[in-house]
Amino acid sequence: MPTKPTGTLYRGKTGMWAWVLHRITGVAIFFFLLVHVLDTALVRLSPEAYNEVIATYKTPVIGFAELGLVAAVLYHGLNGVRVILIDFWSKGSKYQVAMFWIVIALAVTTLAIFAPRHIANVLSHMSEGGH
Amino acid sequence: MVTIETPRSPRSRKSANREKLAWLFMRASGVILIVLVFGHLYINLFTGEGIKAIDFAFVAGKWADPFWQVWDTAMLWLALIHGTNGMRTLVNDYSERERTRKILNTSLWTVCILLVILGTLVTTTFDPCPDTSVVDALPQFCNK
Repeated sequence: MPTKPTGTLYRGKTGMWAWVLHRITGVAIFFFLLVHVLDTALVRLSPEAYNEVIATYKTPVIGFAELGLVAAVLYHGLNGVRVILIDFWSKGSKYQVAMFWIVIALAVTTLAIFAPRHIANVLSHMSEGGH
Repeated sequence: MVTIETPRSPRSRKSANREKLAWLFMRASGVILIVLVFGHLYINLFTGEGIKAIDFAFVAGKWADPFWQVWDTAMLWLALIHGTNGMRTLVNDYSERERTRKILNTSLWTVCILLVILGTLVTTTFDPCPDTSVVDALPQFCNK
């Protein structure tokens, strides 16, 4: 008896999700990079123009969004090392799942060290009324 | 019976070599960018008062030192080319029409080249003490 087709959606496991996350974080960082080159270019226009625009980076909403940006950069960079190890280390593909969890652990730890400090800076800037 | 092209055959020998170079570049630039970007985030967001301290005077103080000028210019070039090439692989994967693919890739490289030129002009022709009515915005070493 013929069995029902199971569909064509690829269901990878850890490796696929690591790849998906690498792409998503890459695209996010790319678009931020475009904005960041432009906002930094304002230093050439005038100190006031630069200071005015950079002040938005210190607001609570954008300040919290920066945590997401830092998380994306951490994941993308660390997972990039994992990708290189899979390509060049003879045991890379054997340990790719373990390496994914090491990447997550390192990213989470670094973010846990960075976040309280960054949030404190953003909140104290707000309570001082910004400028 | 349906016959499909062997998926492994590249468009041409020449583009196969270029793809290999692009593949190598992603790994080489990636390793360097880890140092440059993580260092950039550490200095600008973690040390001192982090984001609070960033203003014109902060940037001027950094770029008065050729070390940071070279650091930031290298980061600019590598990050933009790495990012644009990454976007190119996504466009190649997901665009369904050849025309769309070509338009998107051409736009990506155009933006990349323009921002590399703009950014390089900024880091190399930057004046930390420009003429301004708002002297407070300048780094302290300008008031001598």
